[in-house]
Order: sequence, then C-alpha cells, then structure tokens
Amino acid sequence: MKKFLLSAFAVAAFTLSGALNAQAVTLHVHNESDPASLDPHKVSGDWENRIVGDMFEGLLTEDVDAKPVPGQAKSWEISDDGLTYTFHLRDGIKWSDGAPVTADDFVFAFRRIMDPATASSYAYLQYPIKNAEPINSGEVKDLTQLGVEAVDETTLKITLESPTPYFLGALTHYTAYPVPKHVVEDKGADWIKIENIVTNGPYKAIEWVPGSHVKTEKNPEYYDFDNLKIDNVVFYVLEDASAALKRYRAGEFDILTEFPSDQYQWLQENHPGEARVAPFAGLYYYVMNSSKPPLDDARIRQALSMAINREVIGPQILGTGEPAAYSWVPPGMNNYVDTPYNAEWADLDYSAKVEKAKELIAEAGYGPDKPLEIQLRYNTNENHKRIAVAISAMWKVLGVNITLFNAETKVHYAELKKGQLEIARAGWLADYNDPVNLLQLLRSDIGDNYGRWKSEEFDALLAEAKTTQDLKARAELLYKAEKVAIDDSAAAPIYYYLSRNVVSPKISGFNSNTFDIHRTRWMSKSE
Amino acid sequence: MLGFAIRRLLSTIPVLFIALTICFFILRLAPGGPFDEERSLPENVLANLQAHYHLDKPLIEQYFRYIGSVVRGDLGPSFTTEDFTVAELIALGLPYTLILGGSAFILAILFGVASGIISGLYQNRSADYVTSATVMTGLIIPSFLMAPILQLVFGVQLEWLPVGGWGDGSIAYLTLPVIVLSLTHIARISRLMRGSLIETMSANYIRTARSKGIGEKLVVLRHAIKPALLPVLSYLGPAAGYLLTGSLVVETIFGLPGIGRYFINAALSRDYGMVLGTVIFYMVVIVILNLLVDLAYAYLDPKVRVR
Repeated sequence: MKKFLLSAFAVAAFTLSGALNAQAVTLHVHNESDPASLDPHKVSGDWENRIVGDMFEGLLTEDVDAKPVPGQAKSWEISDDGLTYTFHLRDGIKWSDGAPVTADDFVFAFRRIMDPATASSYAYLQYPIKNAEPINSGEVKDLTQLGVEAVDETTLKITLESPTPYFLGALTHYTAYPVPKHVVEDKGADWIKIENIVTNGPYKAIEWVPGSHVKTEKNPEYYDFDNLKIDNVVFYVLEDASAALKRYRAGEFDILTEFPSDQYQWLQENHPGEARVAPFAGLYYYVMNSSKPPLDDARIRQALSMAINREVIGPQILGTGEPAAYSWVPPGMNNYVDTPYNAEWADLDYSAKVEKAKELIAEAGYGPDKPLEIQLRYNTNENHKRIAVAISAMWKVLGVNITLFNAETKVHYAELKKGQLEIARAGWLADYNDPVNLLQLLRSDIGDNYGRWKSEEFDALLAEAKTTQDLKARAELLYKAEKVAIDDSAAAPIYYYLSRNVVSPKISGFNSNTFDIHRTRWMSKSE
Repeated sequence: MLGFAIRRLLSTIPVLFIALTICFFILRLAPGGPFDEERSLPENVLANLQAHYHLDKPLIEQYFRYIGSVVRGDLGPSFTTEDFTVAELIALGLPYTLILGGSAFILAILFGVASGIISGLYQNRSADYVTSATVMTGLIIPSFLMAPILQLVFGVQLEWLPVGGWGDGSIAYLTLPVIVLSLTHIARISRLMRGSLIETMSANYIRTARSKGIGEKLVVLRHAIKPALLPVLSYLGPAAGYLLTGSLVVETIFGLPGIGRYFINAALSRDYGMVLGTVIFYMVVIVILNLLVDLAYAYLDPKVRVR
C-alpha cells in the first residue's frame, strides 16, 4: 500500500511538472563536445562559444546574421587616428544577481584575460589592445598598463597599438566578454561553478552534467529579457553525428551542429530544407615544407597544387559540395577586395592543369625515371583520409609516389609544429572577419606557418598593411600579399569550409552566416 | 574473513604506486602534449598554460608533486574540463556508470545463466541451437553496430523508446544502452554456463543422485547448478570491471554521462591527470571486484573454504 501511494504521488508530481513545463519553451541543441569551461576566458571551441555566448555579452554582440551590433554598449566614438575607442554602456544593465554592469567590470575582464596567471589560450585575439601582448607574455608586469580604462561608471576607453579595422567585430568575441568583478574576486576560480555563476547575457547556466548536457535558463536581469522567446536551452554532449541525426529524427533535438556527410542526400530528400549548408569563413589546405628539398622548389609545389582536382572533392568525396579553393582568403570577408586572388591557372581545364603540372615536374628534374617520393600526413579522421587517398591518386599521374601517414590530432600538430613534415593536412576557421586572420598563417615569424614558407615581400606587405589606416589601401596591400603567396604556391588551398547544421522547421531565427554563430536570443520555437 | 579482506586491500597499495609511476612516465613519452591543437598557441600563451599546470618543471619534480597530491587524496586538475578536478569528474560520473553498468551486469547474469542452463540441459538439440544462436548474435555484432540498429528500430521507427540521452534516468532511457552493454556478456556467460553444466551433469555425484531415484528437476536445481556456476563466477570479476570502465561506445553513441569515455578520451587529449585518475580508479575497482569474487568463491566452493 505504501508503495502504491508513493508511486501515485510520483505520477501526480510528474504530471504536475509536465503541466508546468508545457508552458516553458525548451530548445534542444546538439552541441558535440563537453565544454572545457563556462569561463569565457578559458574556452576556445565553437561548442563552448554556443553556451558561453548565450550567457555573456560584450560591448558589441552578434545579430541574427552574426553581424556586430551594439551589445552592452549603446554607442561609441572612434578617434580620427583609429587608436582610441570610447564606449558608452547601456543604461541600467545588470548582472544576473542584480548588481550593475560597470565599465570597471570590463577593465577587470580585459586585465584578467591578459594576466599570464589566467593562462587563457585565446588571449592573443585581443592583442590589438595597447600593451596586451607584453602583459600577456609577462614582459610588462603592471596590468594597469593595459589600454583599457574606465572613464566613469558607464564609459570605457580602449586604446589600440595600431589601427585595427576589425576591432569592433573582435569585441563580439568571447575574449572580450566582461566578467563579474564582485563575484570573481569573492569566489576565485570557483566563480564559474553552477551555484556561483553570474552572467550579463540573455541566459544563465543552471545545470551541467559532464558528458551529458549543460542547461541554461533565461536571465530576468537581461535588458532584452522581454523579447526572449526561448526559456531554456539544453546543450547536449554527443560526439557521434549519426546518433545525433537519429535523435533529431525522433524529435529529441531541434538543432544539429553537424551531420554525417553520407546522410546529406537522404536529408535533402526526406527533410527538405532542414539541412543547412552555407559558406563558412575557413580554409582546408595542405602545407608543403618549403624549407627542404624537394618542396623548396616552387615548381614542384605548383605542380602538386595544380594537379589536385578540387572540383570533385566537395561534391563527390565529401558529398556536401564544399567549393574549390584557389585563393588563400575565403570569399566574402570584410575589409577586403571583392574577389580574393585566385591562382592564375585556376580556370584551366583539369587536363590542361595536369599537362602543365607534368611539365613543371620534368623541369624540376623529376619524372617517371626519377619519381618524387613524398610523405603526406593527416590527422586521423575519415574525411581527411578520403581526401588524402584521392589526392595521392591524382598525384600518382604526375609520377609522384605518396606515402600516407596518419596520426591522432595531438601528435599530428605537435609534429607539424616541429617542422616534421613534407606535405600535411591543415585547416583554419577565421576568428574574426578580416583577411589578415588567414594571411598571417603564412607569415614567416608565426608558429602556424607549418610549411616554413618564407617571403620577405609577403612579410613586408603584411607589416605595411598593419599600419595603413585607409581601408581601401590596406585591402590592396593584403591582396598583393595574397598574390605573392599564391603565385609562389606557398601552400595548396583545397576547399572553403561549409557550416553544416540541421534545423527543425519548428525553429525560426536561425540564419545561416559565414561565422556559423547563432545566438538563442534571436530564435523562437513553435510547437 | 575481515582480516583477509583488509590484508588483501593493503597489499595492493605498492602495486598501485608502481603502476602509477609506470603510467606517469609512459604518458610523457607519448608524442604530442595537452596543448597541441589545430591552431598552435603563441609561445608566451603556451608558457602561461604550462606554468599554470606546473608542466614547465622538471619531470621528476612533477612526478613527486603528483604523487604527493595523490597521497593527500587530490587527483589534480583536468586539462580538458577545467571547471572540474579529476576527482570531481570521476565522482560526478560514477553514479551514472554504476547504474548503467550495474543494470547491465544483472541483466547479463540473469539472461546468461538462464540461457546457458537451457543450452546445457538440451545439449545439441534444437532448444540449444536456437538459444546459442540468439545469444551469439549479441556477441558477434559489435556494440558500435548494435547500438545504432536498436536506436533506429526502437527509437526512430517504432518510437517506443528514446533514442539517446539520460533523460530522467528512467527505465525507458536505460533500456537500449543497458541491452547493448550486456549483450556480449550474456553470450560469454551463457557459453561458460552451458559448458560447465554439461560437464557437471556427467559427474559421478550426479549419477549417484540419479541412481537414488531423485527427479531430474531436483538433480539439476539442487546438485548441478551451484557447482556449474563456479567458472561463471570467476568471469564475473573481469566482466564487472569491463562494464564499469569499458562503456565508451555506449556512452558516446547514446550521449550518456559516465566515466567510460574518460578512459580513452583522456589519453587522446593528453589529459595527464585524468589518465592517471582513471588508472587509479580502474585498479581500485579491479582489486575490490577480485576480492568479492574470492569471497563468493568461498561461499560456493567448500574446497576453498577449507583452505
């Protein structure tokens, strides 16, 4: 009898909570991995950005198309020399515990992320700020030297090292989010625990089960609270994309942030319009080690690059139609020329490209009698493997023998950093909307230049662009730099990334955009 | 009995430290470090991170620092889930793993023993073939294939059960993952039980029992099953250990919290503290399970008890 009563009570409680929940709109998002942290200064992945970016808001924030719009700042002025930005905070903005968000919170946050003790892996994104780099690398110990100061409670002044045309956009990034000074000072590293966390964005985390999900709830103190259509968001950890698709089909997920390539056809036929594939500011490429033979010879690099049949990779090997890349900068980036610089030979027929490539290889002294032996490395992954196999078959035609070598991601990049490569797979997703973000990968003094390609002309053009304020002149300098790199086949661009989401027809306010950023704030869900 | 148990547990402490030491150094020999990612970090940022986790200190100093903190019960930080310590992550995941693994364990014993008895009693007859074939299917189809098939059939097509997730932890959410997790063990236990029962049934004392005119049912229930269970019992220790630590595939495909994932993922992401934490956990689990198996042996087998 007791047991019966208990279960009757449980059923009643369950029905009751069901009835209450019926009014709450919950968005179920497939979010791949577990976040490393909820602290905006300690994260670096897009799965973390989805959560953290819903909880915190910078001076600027992203609109529904991921364009920078006023966030915690209502307005700003930029000095004529482009070095000083003065921001005016919105009136009456508050943290989720009711404390006011002040200019001081921003100063505190910028100092904290640059403090070497915080060990933020993404701090370098805000290096345009005056003294940020010397402070972050420990050369300058005095944190107050950082070019961020509170003029008064609601006015913040940021000084830059040099004019940075993408700086407003960079302020939407999580490295520029404020943190609640009063809580961080009180609780230390534990400020981010669920029981302590205080946010200034539209949502606030209320539950985190590692390996399962993070759940957020809308923040009543947020200035735009009245317009939030989604009450709760559950971000699910699920690294298996086909399992995620099944859960989507069963209605357990509203949004998928990845889907298996081989299901794309099926999705288009059975759920038309729900798979959203859109240009994404990123490049998939092969680096070629220019520091030692045989790839120090630009003719060989060009021959190999030319012989890649890029037009089949996206549509046939990957199945999602990634566009062929002949330039280093993906199309559509801000502060740049209309069309990035494509390799001169980009428009040739594939057979003509192969002929030319064969000539180049012969000129360089290789051929059927003296075949090139090259190792191609990639990090273990089904798609990387398929592409590597296809490309080595394309190179085989030139008389180039490729040995494939795969290693898990950590080992792959550790070796690349040490320069242990001949040809290797790499990729880059833009952090901010400016061509410099990609072009700097080929600077001779940067660690990400795995191919050790070195051009003084290229470096000089990038340096000149850095101090050029006129956007048009700057774009031209960058375009020249891109031309230098592409003409010398500094590396082989292969395809431009696409963002791949699946969005339920119930969801509106999810617009495809080049940064694949979709804040819940703009979404709504119909039953 | 208690003295025996305590002695057994204490004797494993040196083994634990030797294993930890070996793991600590082997781990550092592996190429690649925790901060090697697709985008390489600027030198100074990398230096900040390494200083933060004391990775810039000499290896031997790091070792003593680590052992020192383990002795104090602190398993250190996790590099991949910074908001929690290794001990917190294991403690948070353990209840889920226990429920999942425990249910699969019970299911495996029930179905494994039952099907083994059927197969053993009807040796080489159709009941044996049907039962054996059924349980063997569960062994042959690997879990990374079985899980998606069950999800597709029962979750997506029939809509009887949720496809994945922990949900409210109710039976509906647990059914598929528990079945997948238990299948291989059902098959193994079933085979062990079958073989051992066949052997027992031909033993002299069974013949004696029959010759006394005891009914077949009573012979099986009273005289055959208990001794036939011994080989199964010695398999249960490793099986339980596997269920608690080897649930990576099931956790990954069903998106369940639990600690199975840490055993593989921590090594792949060079999350040094987490790898060592899982090593400690695994060893403790194995030691306890072996002890339990020994104690159960003593209960079931008079020969062990006498000694």
